Amino acid sequence: MKKLLIVFAIALALAAAAAAQMEWVTYSGDYSGQRHSTLKQIDRTNVAKLHVKWMYQTNDLNQFEVTPIVSGGVMYISEPPSNAAALDLHTGRPLWLYRRALPNDIHVCCGQVNRGVALLGDVVYLGTLDAHLIALDAKTGHMLWDTAVADYKTGYSITVAPLALKDKIIIGMSGGEYGVRGFLDAYDPKTGARLWRFWTVPGPGEPGHETWAGDSWKTGSAATWVTGSYDANLNLIYWGTGNPGPDYDGDIRKGDDLYSDSLLALDASTGKLKWHYQFTPNDTHDWDSTHTPVLIDTQFRGRARKLVAVANRNGFFYVLDRETGEFLIGKPFAKEIWATEIDSHGRPIVIPNTRPTPEGVPMYPGVHGGTNYMSPSYSPETGLFYVSARQEPTSYYRATPEYDAGTYYVAGGNRGIPGVEPSGAIKALDPQSGEVRWEFPLHSPPWSGVLSTSGGLVFGGTAEGNVFALDSATGKPLWDFQTGATVTSNPISYELDGKQYVALAAGRALIAFGLE
Amino acid sequence: MRYRATILALLAPCAFAATTGEALFHQHCAPCHGANGEGGRGPKLARLKLPRAPDDATLGSLIEQGIPGTEMPVTRMTDAERAEVIAYVRSLGRAASAQVAQAGDPKKGELLFWGKGGCGQCHTVGPRGGRTGPDLTDIGVKRGPANLRQSVLDPEAETPDNFAQYRKVIYMPDNYLRVRVVTADGKQITGARVDEDTFTIQIRDDGSHIYSFRKDQLKELHEDWGKSPMPSFRNKFAASELDDLVAYLSSLTGAQ
Ligand code: HEC
Ligand code: HEC
Repeated sequence: MKKLLIVFAIALALAAAAAAQMEWVTYSGDYSGQRHSTLKQIDRTNVAKLHVKWMYQTNDLNQFEVTPIVSGGVMYISEPPSNAAALDLHTGRPLWLYRRALPNDIHVCCGQVNRGVALLGDVVYLGTLDAHLIALDAKTGHMLWDTAVADYKTGYSITVAPLALKDKIIIGMSGGEYGVRGFLDAYDPKTGARLWRFWTVPGPGEPGHETWAGDSWKTGSAATWVTGSYDANLNLIYWGTGNPGPDYDGDIRKGDDLYSDSLLALDASTGKLKWHYQFTPNDTHDWDSTHTPVLIDTQFRGRARKLVAVANRNGFFYVLDRETGEFLIGKPFAKEIWATEIDSHGRPIVIPNTRPTPEGVPMYPGVHGGTNYMSPSYSPETGLFYVSARQEPTSYYRATPEYDAGTYYVAGGNRGIPGVEPSGAIKALDPQSGEVRWEFPLHSPPWSGVLSTSGGLVFGGTAEGNVFALDSATGKPLWDFQTGATVTSNPISYELDGKQYVALAAGRALIAFGLE
Repeated sequence: MRYRATILALLAPCAFAATTGEALFHQHCAPCHGANGEGGRGPKLARLKLPRAPDDATLGSLIEQGIPGTEMPVTRMTDAERAEVIAYVRSLGRAASAQVAQAGDPKKGELLFWGKGGCGQCHTVGPRGGRTGPDLTDIGVKRGPANLRQSVLDPEAETPDNFAQYRKVIYMPDNYLRVRVVTADGKQITGARVDEDTFTIQIRDDGSHIYSFRKDQLKELHEDWGKSPMPSFRNKFAASELDDLVAYLSSLTGAQ
């Protein structure tokens, strides 16, 4: 009897492992941040036949930035401003809809958006613009608990998709343009009680505090608004941080401004910092380093290594050792004119006179960066890292702001440069060398993430509304479809009834594509 | 030249220390609306009554939200800063009210437009005219006189400028970029780009035929940035005729 039970348990575990590949259970597909699907029914030979199976439409004009979660025949999404829904995977028909009643004095820099929910067991977790984390019954959408993460009146909000670990929910915050102090939190999935908080701007007496002049740390921002990754073996959470506040004037906050524009490696049990790496010290260009870190296990310079790769808003592609934080590679992947190189210690050699002035200084990357919040992907089969790259200069200027709690707090601004046509590309980067292996040009700078698959494909979207598939080895375009509105989400893939699907959001619509 | 002189004369009396409102205006608005709100790529703001911003609240929301679908952008600033800019824009309007009317006779300009200039071959005003160039029915609401003058004298000075800000939101029908393509079967087509995405392009030729192509099926695709089919009228008009033409264009404020 006992033996039989064990056999049964193993069979169950195996089934669960196999099922995991067919579903899309967390923001990036799995904890590695690779956004790679091992499904291969849709491949280079048949992708041209891909077409729309169903569409779901939101009822809100704000950007639809969701990465859906797929589990148990149901798709769980968030939609703007702070709503969540469960959709029937066969038809896209909603099974339930949770509508958050928001106060009318919330503060957001860049639209009332949300990037997705997390799922753990039978519970759906959602961060809200009024800076709460809530738990919903996955079967009904009924609220189980509601925890205030921060006081939205002081400039905090939440747009990031939570990350569900086996025994905690990790959630970040937004507010980098409102003079907040950044943090990353862990909550008890059952009760909503806070388990730990890591302040991304160290307080008095903490290491790193000396990198902020005077009281500037109090409004230092370093928000945590894009979902990170997790290495269960090392028990480390990897999470990117945003711009130091206020934007554009580094003199107000002289020093490196730790841990803004950084990658953090935090102990998942305690929230203690294991290591950090700062991409842009004393940033004056709003180059948030809020990117999903991509964890890669591979042979590197002759030995097996655990790496983490980040294509940064500042235009450089970085590869670090994820056990120690050691800097390995830093090479430009997008047009940049602010640094000559990243030196052997991992510090940028900054070109003089590239900081904002009252009159304005033209700069590449522009304020939206060489890339942005949209997810990259990594295919273990091709060994390539794929990223949506933007080429769009802006002129940065400086001004003198006044801090008034909860209101917009930036030290200048930016404008487009007339006569320059912005453009974009999907680029395939080699984490062994940092070189660009191929690129596929896009008509305008993209806001869509990419997905790679074992079918030898890379899926992505354009600002003009195209969804497309490229050959992951060569970048050759194999399929495209015009959705009619800008794609601002990340594609996913899953299997239902033995058939593979690809889904993503464009405009107000969530679209599921399949063969036949 | 006369135009410049007018502006300088206007400047002199208000050469006191810059206020916050003035500094912010120079930073955010002057690149399009001119250093003194005299107009440029954007319309003249130095007027007592702004048609689309009759009161301060409307002006404030115009600054906050821009005018969707036009080049008038969203401008981020604090409530206090916005109030300063509003006050400054209104002060420009009061200063301008003492100004004498613009030189030139719009009636004469209208005759030149449809007659000697041949502008109507390429431009529509209301229902009348040709489609090679942009509709000018409300051009006086969109552009200041100096910018209109430049368009006539030096059409290629600013051709591709008008997309950078708003291209993300709408596509590019008012860009009038000249494109030349050679199709798979060797046919050559020249016209204005009507729209474009990563995989396709739509073109309207000078006979108003619309074409749609997949880019990977074209033999050649040239986008002539900075080129205009509109000839320069620099040597075609006397100085007073130019004033008349600009006065006519400025008077075009759309169907009432
Ligand atoms: C990139 C160029 C650009 C900038 C910068 C810009 N504007 Fe404009 N603005 C325009 C254009 C073009 C229009 C006309 C839009 C149309 O109708 O096509 C316009 C229209 C307006 C109008 C409406 C005028 C009317 O008809 O009543 C107001 C008011 C205005 N702008 C104020 C401002 C202020 C104040 C600022 C600075 C905070 C500013 N604009 C910055 C280009 C600009
Ligand atoms: C052969 C066709 C052609 C003729 C003739 C022509 N134009 Fe144009 N015009 C264009 C095109 C195309 C554009 C838009 C792209 C550009 O600026 O080149 C344009 C642009 C303009 C603009 C700028 C519109 C804006 O949005 O800023 C003005 C003003 C203008 N024309 C006035 C005139 C006047 C006045 C005449 C006659 C004296 C004239 N045009 C004759 C084709 C023509």
